[in-house]
Amino acid sequence: MSPTLLDTSPVFADPTDGLAILENKSAAETYGIPLAVLLELTHRCPLQCGYCSNPVEMERAGNELSTDEWKQVLTELAEIGVLQVHFSGGEPTVRKDLAELIRHATELGLYSNLITSAVLLSRDKLAALADAGLCHIQISFQGNEPELANRIAGFKGHSKKLEAAGWARELGLPLTVNAVMHRQNLHQLPGMIDMAVALDADRIEVANVQYYGWALKNRAALMPTIAQIDDATRIVEEASERLKGILDIDYVVPDYYADRPKKCMGGWGRQFFNITPSGKVLPCHAAETITELDFESVRSNHSIAWIWQNSDAFNRYRGTGWMPEPCQSCAFKEQDFGGCRCQAFALTGSAANTDPACSLSPRHHEIFRTAEAESATGTNRYIYRNFAGGTLEPDQQEL
Amino acid sequence: MSTATAPAARRRLIVAEDSIPTLARGTRLRYDETRQRWVLLVPERVMAPDEIAVEILQLCDGQRSVAAIIDQLAAAYAAPREEIGADVIAMLQDLAGSGFVVEARRATP
Repeated sequence: MSPTLLDTSPVFADPTDGLAILENKSAAETYGIPLAVLLELTHRCPLQCGYCSNPVEMERAGNELSTDEWKQVLTELAEIGVLQVHFSGGEPTVRKDLAELIRHATELGLYSNLITSAVLLSRDKLAALADAGLCHIQISFQGNEPELANRIAGFKGHSKKLEAAGWARELGLPLTVNAVMHRQNLHQLPGMIDMAVALDADRIEVANVQYYGWALKNRAALMPTIAQIDDATRIVEEASERLKGILDIDYVVPDYYADRPKKCMGGWGRQFFNITPSGKVLPCHAAETITELDFESVRSNHSIAWIWQNSDAFNRYRGTGWMPEPCQSCAFKEQDFGGCRCQAFALTGSAANTDPACSLSPRHHEIFRTAEAESATGTNRYIYRNFAGGTLEPDQQEL
Repeated sequence: MSTATAPAARRRLIVAEDSIPTLARGTRLRYDETRQRWVLLVPERVMAPDEIAVEILQLCDGQRSVAAIIDQLAAAYAAPREEIGADVIAMLQDLAGSGFVVEARRATP
């Protein structure tokens, strides 16, 4: 009667316990409703991180879905088979109805996760979210010491984050530390891993910045050196081994220095979608950077299931039929699905091109050179994220 | 930070026959009508437990000991207790290592 596997994924196959990771199968013809959906409740946020994954053109508060509209979205998601929802932003806790939305999700049987900077939380507020049924919290950290962390965020919030992480543990909430890494904080990676252990976190996501939206605007200030990436990989490997059973470490590598492109979003329109503050349904949180695509909204006459299955934006880069060479005849085309469409658009001007992160792309050598050059000579000054289109950080030398 | 949730105490649960396992907060077992199967919802992942894993997880109710779970399954499957015991403990140990299963008396009220 040994427990056995039913549904293995080639990526996470570790089936000693009768539990496989459930993922949609790779059959390219059918696209089941994703297991998890990202809900960007708002673009408002007190932090101004230059690597923010939100679009540079942010949605104003007046365009955000109302409480009733978000509740309707949650109801519809539960009905069509979504199991987990990630409440994100912007900063989701600026929404006064967050506890109400979490409670609604809980009543529908949805598993709710909160992705937050934590700087607006109080112990009472967090307790109310926990009471509403919140299942997991992810708190972002910009570094492991206040001076640098606050400078990166453009906001003095580091000590509040530490406090909030403590409240999360007191309330029994599983805690993930989100560590977004780049040239100016990679030297703090060992310290950030130690900090996650000290905070009694369950997981840490060590995510090298991906260059879309604000991050693309700030690329010269963020791009790490190859030596930093090699160090980071070594540090993560060592820590993963040492902290087995104490801290799970997820690691996202930067693809400018990679040979193979990432399987972005698990493939376009295959296992993920997100909903923007104004209700647009996107195949990826950066998809609006692809200006040649139009996205349907939950405010349209279409159901979310229809948008997922039938809308042009989802079908445009689904599967492999759309691929040009060198992807079309590539042996890896069903493994990485041609990499990232947003990156292809940002760097080549067409989302249908091969992601330049792939060594088979004719543009690959260019982005490698760009990364090398910017990491060596790029400015350290950030363009802080805000609704005004960004503000250049004051020159440190002149302070 | 309270001592009850200190990392070593919380994480390194060694599953033994007298352990009383329960699902951790943030770990939910439910039936998924859409896909017609049981799923275990955990942070950032959806796990697909097989039939036997579901049975074990359902018995992790914070009341029964591991020994009682093994007895029950051995009787239900008319199988040797040692064999079943080894499987049950191995699976629970794995889940405990990931923080999905905790000792009931240490679980958050």
